[in-house]
Amino acid sequence: MARLSSPFDTMARLQQALDSYRTSPWLNAGLSGGGAFPPINVFRKGDGFALVAEIPGVGKDDIEIQVKGRSVRLSGNKAMAYPEGSATHRRERLAGRFDRALSLPIEIDPDHVEAELSDGVLTLSLNRAERDRPRTIKVA
Amino acid sequence: MSGGQTGIRETGSKEVEESQELSVQEKKETSGQERPAPGRYFVPSTDAHETEGGLTLVMEMPGVRRENLEVTLEEGVLKVEGRLDFSRYDGLEPVYTEYNVGHYERSFALSEKVDQQNIGATLENGVLTLTLPKSPAARPRRIDIS
Repeated sequence: MARLSSPFDTMARLQQALDSYRTSPWLNAGLSGGGAFPPINVFRKGDGFALVAEIPGVGKDDIEIQVKGRSVRLSGNKAMAYPEGSATHRRERLAGRFDRALSLPIEIDPDHVEAELSDGVLTLSLNRAERDRPRTIKVA
Repeated sequence: MSGGQTGIRETGSKEVEESQELSVQEKKETSGQERPAPGRYFVPSTDAHETEGGLTLVMEMPGVRRENLEVTLEEGVLKVEGRLDFSRYDGLEPVYTEYNVGHYERSFALSEKVDQQNIGATLENGVLTLTLPKSPAARPRRIDIS
């Protein structure tokens, strides 16, 4: 896989790569139901992973993130508040509760998870737990 | 121009069903045409509702920062364009993906009843809210019977 390092090509290559990995069976065994909200993209980042999820309209206080072993759980509530008595012309956004878990192929270090929510996008940086790291064995 | 028309004609109020379990909406890509910035464009999911004072448009544009958002009004057409900054993906290698990313664009034809001088916009958590007040002449008035 090409690394997305050149800013000039980053966008086109990223979009292409995102498409081609949509059919990837990489996480199939670990997914708790497809099509669950929020949609998540998983990236390899160093020897850990970055999870990026689109959750527009969900604030910091409306989301709960849990990490245990290999799995990450995102739950919360996406609410929409419109004034009473207003007439609806168009309704395309969805609201409701969400709760989904994702299993990764590595054990996650729960003490070093970084979560950032900006502009409706949640980014989780997950590192491999120390005891899950590969060790080099010297032949005696 | 892609996108729908939101005038102030329709008045029937609809009950909104709150789905208990949220599902993912597949992003809609805009039809191909030449654009100022390269890359894909998506149609932001939009709610429109009307009160006595005016019309409100609520558009989901996750990942768009305030400085990359452009709202223009030209000849009665309100155009919203949000561009994505792809630098946050530098050095990341996708291994599993459920959605694609791109810029957002949508246009709305405004009716003359909108006070086009006083349109307001706020962006919070990737959601753009546009308030389109009705021009004074278009506001409902109660007529007292003498």
